[in-house]
Amino acid sequence: MTPVIALEDVPHIRRGVKCAYDQIRDAHVVLFPEGVLVLNETAASVVGLCDGVRSVGDIALSLGDVYAGVRPEDVAELVARLVERRVVDVDG
Amino acid sequence: MAEAPFGLLAELTHRCPLQCGYCSNPVELVRRDAELPTEDWLSVFDQARSLGCLQIHLSGGEPLLRGDLPELVTHANSLGCYVNLVTSGVGLSRDRLRDLASRGVDHVQLSLQDATRTGNDRIAGIKAFDRKVEAAAFVREEGLPLTVNTVLHRQNLDNVAGIIAMAEEMGAERLELANTQYYGWALRNRAVLLPTREQLAHADPIVTAAQERLRGRMEIVYVIADYHEAHPKPCMYGWGARQLTVAPNGDVLPCPAASVITSLRIENVRDSSLHDIWHDSPSFNAFRGFEWMKDPCRSCPRKEIDFGGCRCQAFQLTGDAAATDPVCSLSPERSTVDLVLATEMTPAEVPAMAMRKMS
Repeated sequence: MTPVIALEDVPHIRRGVKCAYDQIRDAHVVLFPEGVLVLNETAASVVGLCDGVRSVGDIALSLGDVYAGVRPEDVAELVARLVERRVVDVDG
Repeated sequence: MAEAPFGLLAELTHRCPLQCGYCSNPVELVRRDAELPTEDWLSVFDQARSLGCLQIHLSGGEPLLRGDLPELVTHANSLGCYVNLVTSGVGLSRDRLRDLASRGVDHVQLSLQDATRTGNDRIAGIKAFDRKVEAAAFVREEGLPLTVNTVLHRQNLDNVAGIIAMAEEMGAERLELANTQYYGWALRNRAVLLPTREQLAHADPIVTAAQERLRGRMEIVYVIADYHEAHPKPCMYGWGARQLTVAPNGDVLPCPAASVITSLRIENVRDSSLHDIWHDSPSFNAFRGFEWMKDPCRSCPRKEIDFGGCRCQAFQLTGDAAATDPVCSLSPERSTVDLVLATEMTPAEVPAMAMRKMS
């Protein structure tokens, strides 16, 4: 069950989760007890902004400076999937 | 070429203060004088990282019995790997944990044998319960994430609610409740361990309710009792697909139990590189993909879900490692498993548990 994430939710990386760059796969990865997530460029940008300060809306705005056509609801959906995989947590 | 592995399970030693009768180590335990020296483990970690491993699980036996554990942690961390310490908790003092954490342990996995001191210590074969409770507190103090692992079987399944409560009390973020898988020691003790259908039916809703109640606080991973199911487990997500195991003597295995397949020629890091073993060895290529399968697996749509089940189980119960896992209801050998259930779930005379020991 994917949780519902609101634009004002503030995501942060969970304790025990490490973000890294893997030269072997040439990709950003997230390392956590259960396994490894290999991130695409968009997901890596979002994870990089889950700092416990920015809201989902703020993250969408920041990404909008770099990429064209960023929709806040897409960012919220991606964050929801990261919450489901126990990579990030949200403070309401 | 096979895809790169994500994880290395480093069984640093088979020595262990505990004697659990379902230990995942092989019945023929590696003795101390046959263990790889420090420099070989450092090289194994280097090779694993170059191959693509991003997680190193420091396991055993009890990894704390290796005097070079601090050095191994430092090295695994310096490679950028996620370092997971898999321990019984026995020997994990506050100072020792603080040192290991400062060197880069990212996560601790602590075994718990049962919900109570009496139950736990009976299964472990030594007084370990209080040490585990203490170890869990040190992990919390250090601010490291904690997973509690409990193997379920006939002797503790009725206490599953208590086990969940204990893991909560220990402050675990995750609890793995894994029904016993019958290889090696557990196969030997199957008539003592195999749960009844009533026990499983009683435990299932308790686990489901706890998963719901603790959502967001403690994740509960429940591994099913596969003998009682109609479909096999997706063992290791496929042979030689995601992870490799290096045994204390340097043997390289596609899964921790693979040495039970006596027809498999096992390679060793003293003779070949991890790269060559992962990509080119007959043992790692034996059951990759779908080509090795026979019917009913070959033409079955579930082959992409369960990969034909477990090769070790197929070998142990049918004598053919390429057979369909006999727990599958479509296996021509399913009757073998049904016979085991009929005779060993409620045996007329329950044998004594064979405790895990070096022979």
